[in-house]
Amino acid sequence: MSMLTELEVGESLQSVTLDPVSRLDLIKYAGASGDYNPIHTIDEEAEKAGLPGIIAHGMWTMGNLSKLFTPFYEEGFIEDYTIRFKGMVFLNDEITLQAVLAENNEEQLGFNVAATNQKGKDVIKGRVAFRKV
Amino acid sequence: MLTDSIGKRSSKMKNTVERGAVKKFAEAIGDAHPIFVCEETGQQSRYRANIAPPTFPRVFDYGVIEGLNLPKKGLIHGEQLYHYERPLLVGEDIYCYQEVNDYYERNGKSGEMGFLQIKRYGEDVDGQVIFTEEQVVIITEAVRKGMEV
Repeated sequence: MSMLTELEVGESLQSVTLDPVSRLDLIKYAGASGDYNPIHTIDEEAEKAGLPGIIAHGMWTMGNLSKLFTPFYEEGFIEDYTIRFKGMVFLNDEITLQAVLAENNEEQLGFNVAATNQKGKDVIKGRVAFRKV
Repeated sequence: MLTDSIGKRSSKMKNTVERGAVKKFAEAIGDAHPIFVCEETGQQSRYRANIAPPTFPRVFDYGVIEGLNLPKKGLIHGEQLYHYERPLLVGEDIYCYQEVNDYYERNGKSGEMGFLQIKRYGEDVDGQVIFTEEQVVIITEAVRKGMEV
């Protein structure tokens, strides 16, 4: 794998498209995170909340997005990770994770990051500042 | 009522970055990378240990902010921010607390929306801040009315 620090501004990390979102994905995240809000796992509760069906935890998507940076742990770490939740993620949605290098200075690499659904809409969007070590 | 909670802080809670919890969390976000789960990879890394994914602090206990009784349902997570001085190491103890940074209301499409800003801290045993976390929680007018009863 190439080095993160060799990336030029405007270039992207290899994007990743996740398998369609399944109920089991969300049950696993509920258990692992301790977030048992039932709108993420139980249809009736989602409907009671006025939703067409269960939705993914925003933090599930944010957690997934960070994995684009995991392989580069010898080069540094995520110092700042800022996300705005922009859209809901439903069952069977196909989410693509993206990161584009926007800034490169002595101390940090600044990325614009986003997760988009199969319609091309951003569901979460934000910034990662990767600290060089 | 929520305005009264601005500046209030919970007491510190001791948390451990547990190996099993990190593995389970890494798997749940589809990122069971060796740096999180393989002891040998951890020992050979620059950290000489396994580390935790950046959003792992979701699992920590931050203590209770007295007087802040948020409903279990109907909250909308608007924004989330993490800041790290270094990654969390598997096996270390982290002391966590949280405080209400701000609360304000704005008129939106579905009535008056409340915006609650909560900041969380994770410190090492010497009191050095390792990470902070800020979240903006949106509370709709309907949910807020329910809280006032």
